[in-house]
Amino acid sequence: MSSQQGFTLSGKQFEALCAAFETADVQKRGSIDVQIVPKLVQDVLGSSLAPSEKDAIRLRAESKAKKGVLYFADFVEVMSETLQTTTQWGKLTTTLSGYVGIDTLQEQMRKKALKRGFEFHIMVVGGSGLGKSTLVNTLFKAQISRRSCTNESEGTIPKTVQIKSVSHVIEEKGVRLKLTVTDTPGFGDQINNENCWLPILEFINDQYEKYLSEEVNVSRKKHIPDTRVHVCLYFISPTGHSCRPLDLEFMKRLDKVVNIVPIIAKADTLTLEERYAFKKRVREDLEFHGIQFYPMKSLDEDEEETAINQALREKMPFAIVGSDREYQVNGKSVLGRKTKWGLIEVENKNHCEFALLRDMLIRTHMQDLKDVTDSIHYENFRRERLEMHSEFAGPTPPYHEMGESNL
Amino acid sequence: MSRSPEESDSRGMLGSGSRSRRMRTMRGSGAQTVRDPRNNMASYVGFANLPNQVYRKAVKRGFEFTLMVVGESGLGKSTLVNSLFITDLYSPSEYPGPSQRITKTVKVETSRVLVKEGGVQLQLTIVDTPGFGDAVDNSNCWKPITDHIEQRFEDYLNSESRVNRRTMPDNRVHACLYFIGPTGHGLKPLDIEFMKRLHDKVNIIPLIAKADTMTPEECTQFKKKILQEIKENKIQIYEFPEGEDEEDNKLNKKLRERIPFAVVGSNTLLEINGRKVRGRQYPWGVAEVENMDHCDFITLRNMLIRTHMQDLKDVTNNVHYENYRCQKLAGITATNGTEKGKPAGGKNPLAQMEEEKREHVAKMKKMEMEMEQVFEMKVKEKRQKLKDSEADLQRRHEQMKKKLEQEYKELDEKRSLFEKEKLSFEESQRQLEEQRKMDATKSLDNKKKKEKKSLF
Repeated sequence: MSSQQGFTLSGKQFEALCAAFETADVQKRGSIDVQIVPKLVQDVLGSSLAPSEKDAIRLRAESKAKKGVLYFADFVEVMSETLQTTTQWGKLTTTLSGYVGIDTLQEQMRKKALKRGFEFHIMVVGGSGLGKSTLVNTLFKAQISRRSCTNESEGTIPKTVQIKSVSHVIEEKGVRLKLTVTDTPGFGDQINNENCWLPILEFINDQYEKYLSEEVNVSRKKHIPDTRVHVCLYFISPTGHSCRPLDLEFMKRLDKVVNIVPIIAKADTLTLEERYAFKKRVREDLEFHGIQFYPMKSLDEDEEETAINQALREKMPFAIVGSDREYQVNGKSVLGRKTKWGLIEVENKNHCEFALLRDMLIRTHMQDLKDVTDSIHYENFRRERLEMHSEFAGPTPPYHEMGESNL
Repeated sequence: MSRSPEESDSRGMLGSGSRSRRMRTMRGSGAQTVRDPRNNMASYVGFANLPNQVYRKAVKRGFEFTLMVVGESGLGKSTLVNSLFITDLYSPSEYPGPSQRITKTVKVETSRVLVKEGGVQLQLTIVDTPGFGDAVDNSNCWKPITDHIEQRFEDYLNSESRVNRRTMPDNRVHACLYFIGPTGHGLKPLDIEFMKRLHDKVNIIPLIAKADTMTPEECTQFKKKILQEIKENKIQIYEFPEGEDEEDNKLNKKLRERIPFAVVGSNTLLEINGRKVRGRQYPWGVAEVENMDHCDFITLRNMLIRTHMQDLKDVTNNVHYENYRCQKLAGITATNGTEKGKPAGGKNPLAQMEEEKREHVAKMKKMEMEMEQVFEMKVKEKRQKLKDSEADLQRRHEQMKKKLEQEYKELDEKRSLFEKEKLSFEESQRQLEEQRKMDATKSLDNKKKKEKKSLF
């Protein structure tokens, strides 16, 4: 059976579909109830479908149903449409009789990526003296921040918010990463801090603008350099009470533009009970004001991801201590801060949550951060820009021409 | 302890010897007699008891002390105050939930407690400033605080000037503990601005809050930076004065080197190694509040309460209050002063009078000059005006003259015309007369002829 779009089902697939249909059609009427279609599809394709895909299937089934029931031909159409949109074919995947070598795809991708290297852009925002530069150095175990690069006299607080970016290329086991760290000295330091977030907002939008202009260029580069800000670490001062008005104002404005990861800075100020209470209050504050920080709830696609992210969300904001000095503990050399009453180890999970942050940022979620920036924040920006432009340009041209119009 | 007349005579001869003995007796409790080995009699007067009398009276009256704590929220002000006086004077304000907006203005709250220790009564007033430095825009957040301090000064001034001065409650702020956040980088613009505005009104004692955030090296560096910035901005913080003794001095010097004090506050009792201490429990250790190695809390407490409380009150009374009073009574508004507080006692009143006289004379001269200038200007104006009017009049005069001449001419013409007419009229009249005469004779002739004819 073929549909108008030319999607042919193989014999085996067709048989599987028939079998499924017959088992579902207990009354042998030649039609099945629309309600049970999603479940049926799930049985056939396996249960690792995202909720959004399940919704799409249900909609399709309902659109093809006549009087609440679905006939076999329509069922087949629904199935073929579904099969086109996903690679989760569950029981309908074709089995191979020998080794073909498709698994080398992974290796090929890896080689290509290795040659090109990766890019990552972190922005650190917070009042001066909260340990931003130290944290960046600790995260990447190298002297990366602008403080260590330039011989700036410590403590000269600039009069306006400045944006300073430093780029490094670091390499580990053949994987090269171009890391850009953007610092914002002067944020929140003045007496009157109205609009101190404007330079930052402008900077982020500038990066999107640059990328957009490269993208709509008639002759594009093979690989567009990605200078967009992938994650913004916002440092919350450990007052022990709750978020300050400035924190809330900033995060309200920026959570739709960039991935925000709030952090409690200088966490060695708080005892464990204070830390726990403070975190709870900060989370309540953020929720009350509708601030969505990364990882965002609305983007969890399957159960596994939801579980991981939920666990992360409950521990956020992470209480961090940063240090680039090493001390000896039990023969091992650890990063830490030595005070008269004890040694705070940065990588000790009982002392602070630096390890959790590092794992999330680098070891597990780095690619996801880039993807979210690309597919959500950048797309939002692009849509707004194009809509704004089309307002001036008159009636919208038909869809297939839009891609070629030179903005 | 009566004195014999011999002793009173010999006292003059003995001179310094007996005096030193008397001083030694004063150091004790003032109730001993010392046998002068040269005289073999008691040389005791008894005014060695004076400090005791003052002390007893003061104790009966009780002491008052007002302490102000200023700093951004979350720096541990309430905790420190509680730790200083080892009671829960002050329960920390409930942290408002997310649905409560933080107030936009700084409030000034006073709470009063009466503490008693060893028979000595202290009425302690704590002035708190919630909301300081918390908003996004913090301009003028120091205004409520300066207003409060000046209000207290004004109250005291008024009560001092009253007729009935029996009870003068001393509500003036004696010390202001300013909490600096432990950024490690130096003072923020807000800190500098606040201290600049308040250092001539109240004794400012800067503190580094939450000092357990910093390692010892960071702490010393931070302190150095702060002192440097304070000097650069010419801020006068409270200086603990030198004591009188050598040993006191040495101790004081060591303690004074720790300014600004890095403090940690806590009122929770913990047990380590069998002894009970107040401190903060971390997974990596316990930061003890009363350990000189860990923080400067003990130093602060000693200097604030045990040794220098009276000095703080004295400085407030003699320096800050006198400044305020001087400015107020001289009629200069407090906000106008471009000259920051010169200590009132430092200027000779005569010198001040001289200066005032000079000022006055200068002012007079200036006024005179101004008046002269104005006068000249006015004269010039008037002259100009007169000239103008003269010219004007001249013009008008000429105009009139011309007009007159013209009329005259016209009249002349008219007259000549008239004469001509008259002449011609007379002429015509004469002719007419002649004609008539001729006519008359003619008719008469005719008549005569007719008559002649008819006569026949």
